[in-house]
Amino acid sequence: MEIPYAVHPRPDTGIYNAKVGIWLFLASEVMLFGALFSAYVLIRVGTPPGEWPHGWQNVTLGTLNTLVLALSAITTLMAWVACKVRQFGKFKFFHGCTLLLALTFLCIKGFEYDDHLTHYEIHLTAGSNAGGSIADGHMVENDPQKDYVIIKGRYVNDEQELIDLRSQKDIQETELKIPRSQIKDMQSYGPWHNDYLALYFTMTALHALHILGGSIVIGYLWGPGRKLWKVDPEHFTNRVEVSGLFWHFVDLVWIFLFPVLYLM
Amino acid sequence: MSELKTAEPQNAPLMGKSELHEHPVDFNNYLRRCVYVFVAVVCAVSLMLVASYLPHFDWPAKVALILVVACTNAFVVAGFLMHLISEKKMIYTLLAFTAFFFAGLIGLTVWAMQDFPAGTVTH
Repeated sequence: MEIPYAVHPRPDTGIYNAKVGIWLFLASEVMLFGALFSAYVLIRVGTPPGEWPHGWQNVTLGTLNTLVLALSAITTLMAWVACKVRQFGKFKFFHGCTLLLALTFLCIKGFEYDDHLTHYEIHLTAGSNAGGSIADGHMVENDPQKDYVIIKGRYVNDEQELIDLRSQKDIQETELKIPRSQIKDMQSYGPWHNDYLALYFTMTALHALHILGGSIVIGYLWGPGRKLWKVDPEHFTNRVEVSGLFWHFVDLVWIFLFPVLYLM
Repeated sequence: MSELKTAEPQNAPLMGKSELHEHPVDFNNYLRRCVYVFVAVVCAVSLMLVASYLPHFDWPAKVALILVVACTNAFVVAGFLMHLISEKKMIYTLLAFTAFFFAGLIGLTVWAMQDFPAGTVTH
């Protein structure tokens, strides 16, 4: 059975069905991310002054990822344009670029996650003979067989000193060897650490899943799905357009995620 | 890239009339438009970065400025890359409903923030 209006537009709507479908899907996606953004607003506004973390993200990497995604949105559009002008070689080139940029985005995001998950806040026991009551830094060695851990970081006296890192310049980090007997508790900067990181990981991981999903679709069109081009190029072009619309939406979400999580 | 050699000239218009757009698609024209969009995105990102580091602005002013730039950036991307500036009425209707529900989602959340039972201790 042939699906109607997969290639040609419906007379009443003026667009083909898949395009209506993707816009309906994107509308539901707006509500999904909207729920998370409203959660962010609720938690952010409800946080007492001076307790919301600042400077916890690598702004350089965030900016780089923003530009990578913007560039991938452009290559996606150019892939569709290449299909429209019937230049399949250019389509392959531009969609290949999109895939590479998507992979770059995910690699950078993975690096950022790793940076957070290896970053520890270690609370020390009252009698510890250290430079402060909290050791904060990246784990260098955490062998359960050994009676110490080594981090590259610094000592602070108050947790408040770790909240606003943007106002602190030239933070000196050294290798600290901390005996396990002096550790009261330690926790990495994962989603369990505080509200900000819970929101950061939830929103960016959901976004990264969308990148992954979009990459799979684009990869399919670039690889096995290209067979349709020989049979029905207009139908194939429509598929490229629909996948492109999803990709642009993912870019739009990041346009708001970046300032909200990295700059505010 | 072997297809490139046998394909039509780079700036050849679409064979026949496009069913999605009223004007034929021109590769070079789109490429130029994309360069403009990318430059606009770079400018917007730079503006947001500068705004976030402005020393003499209070926090609400910074947030407002950053959000205005982000919205402008989103408008450029949605308008030119998603073709929203020249879409069909059906899509606009759909987006109007989405905007209405999205505004409700955010608005109700903000409204509910003040909706505490009497005697609730807040920060």
